[in-house]
Amino acid sequence: MPPVDVRATVISNVRLSRDYNVLTIAAPEVGALTEPGQFVMLKTTDASDPMLRRPFSVFEVLRDDLGTVRAISILNKRAGRTTGLIYGLEAGDPVWCLGPLGLPFNPPSSGAAWMVAGGVGLAPFATLAEALVALQVPTTLFYGARTADELYYLEFFDRLGVTLVLTTEDGGAGVQGRVTGPLEESLKGLGGPNLVTIYACGPEPMLAAVARLAERYGQPSEVSMERTMGCGLGGCYSCVVPVKHADGETRYVRSCIGGPVFDGATVVWE
Amino acid sequence: MTALDMSVRIGSLVMPNPLMAASGCFGYGLEYEDVVDLSTLGGVVSKGLFLAERQGHKPERIAETPSGMLNAIGLQGIGVHRFISEKLPLLRERKARTIVNICGTTLDEYVEVARILSDAEGVDALEINISCPNIKEGGIQFGCSLDGTFSVVSAIRKVTTLPVIPKLTPNVTSPASFARAAEDAGADAISLVNTFLAMAIDVEQRKPKLSNVVGGLSGPAIRPIAVRMVWECRQEVKIPIVGMGGIMDHRDVLEFMIAGANAVQVGTANFVDPFIWAKLLDGLTDYMQRHQITRLADLVGALDTTSPAKAHA
Ligand SMILES: Cc1cc2nc3c(=O)[nH]c(=O)nc-3n(C[C@H](O)[C@H](O)[C@H](O)COP(=O)(O)OP(=O)(O)OC[C@H]3O[C@@H](n4cnc5c(N)ncnc54)[C@H](O)[C@@H]3O)c2cc1C
Ligand SMILES: Cc1cc2nc3c(=O)[nH]c(=O)nc-3n(C[C@H](O)[C@H](O)[C@H](O)COP(=O)(O)O)c2cc1C
Ligand code: FES
Repeated sequence: MPPVDVRATVISNVRLSRDYNVLTIAAPEVGALTEPGQFVMLKTTDASDPMLRRPFSVFEVLRDDLGTVRAISILNKRAGRTTGLIYGLEAGDPVWCLGPLGLPFNPPSSGAAWMVAGGVGLAPFATLAEALVALQVPTTLFYGARTADELYYLEFFDRLGVTLVLTTEDGGAGVQGRVTGPLEESLKGLGGPNLVTIYACGPEPMLAAVARLAERYGQPSEVSMERTMGCGLGGCYSCVVPVKHADGETRYVRSCIGGPVFDGATVVWE
Repeated sequence: MTALDMSVRIGSLVMPNPLMAASGCFGYGLEYEDVVDLSTLGGVVSKGLFLAERQGHKPERIAETPSGMLNAIGLQGIGVHRFISEKLPLLRERKARTIVNICGTTLDEYVEVARILSDAEGVDALEINISCPNIKEGGIQFGCSLDGTFSVVSAIRKVTTLPVIPKLTPNVTSPASFARAAEDAGADAISLVNTFLAMAIDVEQRKPKLSNVVGGLSGPAIRPIAVRMVWECRQEVKIPIVGMGGIMDHRDVLEFMIAGANAVQVGTANFVDPFIWAKLLDGLTDYMQRHQITRLADLVGALDTTSPAKAHA
């Protein structure tokens, strides 16, 4: 489906902490087309500074009681200019939203689904969890954050019936340390290869570690890569990821159209 | 109301309007077929192509700057042979007027790429990239020397009947003298500007924002300089000029045309708004109606310098 560009209005902006917020915008045209793992390119001004849009996963697709899509939300973490502006938006403000873009996650061909999220990498997993639960796939979320109060939407996943495995760097909730710790423990407990599909989104070192673990234990993995993106449509070649191709050659692939979701076994980690 | 004529001719290339997608800002064109009917553009300029496939630079490849952006992609591309077999047939099917941006590390490579493309069906013109600031070998070396520019253009002129459009760099004191060298060498038109060599630094990390350290600046930040350069070139050469640099809306298109451009290219703005093309056409149509202009070409070089614009007209 071709993407659409809408000048959407902010419905609400809930600050979860000093850095995180959930921005809900009236972009039903985008939400109705979105598949889990896809992203949008956002801009908070039509002036030329800041000029380029920024990529964001679609966090939630929000429906009314009749099931009609009314809005989408974004889980935003302040990192610079536009994410700072998004943090400060108020109801009624305009946002330019282009999407949906990119390749979505693929549902598991068989077995269970394990989602692995680091920090703001939680973003693509709300819609993925809903889709997996609808397909009756047993789903677990391994979710790591810096501190307990940066673990968000736990109730949402709990209500869906997703099994939660939490880690914090300071040990304030769940297991202390990195999310890859409990992930490896669980992988060790599996009876053989190809029993779970692992989905990961978060900082690149985490993605690399998850992909390597998946490979070591013989499970397929899909990773959502974060790159600086100029256009989101394949026009600029800014967003490339080195990918090993079937002919054995490594080539740069534009992650906005050849991703952001990649087969973890094909990414060449740097 | 009589029909409005926005057409532009560059040698054998006839475009229904002056709006072209700039090289490196529109993939190979096909990436955008879902958002714009490619046949409605004046022309589609491909990503720069060498003889062979190239991987380009490591990320980071772009960085935003005030009202602009830096890029150092390093001309990642599929090479001329794959372009001809994989992209050209589809571009023909979509009825896109295809202008191929060609690169070379040596004079021989430029000539070879030009020759191969001239034999392919569906290429409408060649834009000669002698102005990419992001690669060490070739390209810019030709574009920064008058002799180099003359020799590349005349060598390509000898092997092709396609319109030849050298793309000039702004990173010289007088682009107009390069326009003259290009015209003398037999160019059908010139295009300008490519990006301005520039850099940006992350002061916290004390590191360059681009892996290539330096890159090319594009976007509205460069527009006034690009307009001045087009205006200078207009006074130096007779051949058509394709102007570009920071065009964001139809007024910017008109600014370049009034300064002397026969056609324009839009690059960075397409990243910001991929649906820009219809808006530009609507804006031009509205302007022509308001000013009772039936031939857009009549505006080319129509700048009246006898006195400045009234500040509060
Ligand atoms: C497919 C995809 C999906 C994404 N999904 C999400 C998502 O759902 N939620 C989300 O929050 N992000 C997401 N991101 C990341 C998000 O796009 C970036 O954080 C955003 O582009 C940064 O833009 P900016 O204008 O805020 O930062 P810029 O000002 O452009 O800065 C770029 C980078 O410079 C550094 N930087 C700049 N200023 C500062 C500063 N003051 N302090 C520290 N560092 C600084 C940061 O590393 C920053 O990321 C996603 C990225 C991709 C590719
Ligand atoms: C990401 C990017 C890639 C580019 N790649 C090329 C290229 O391959 N060949 C070329 O001649 N110019 C290239 N350019 C330059 C543009 O075609 C254009 O000359 C320049 O960006 C100025 O126009 P703009 O301000 O409208 O973008 C590139 C520009 C950008 C931003
Ligand atoms: S963001 Fe422009 S090619 Fe991917």
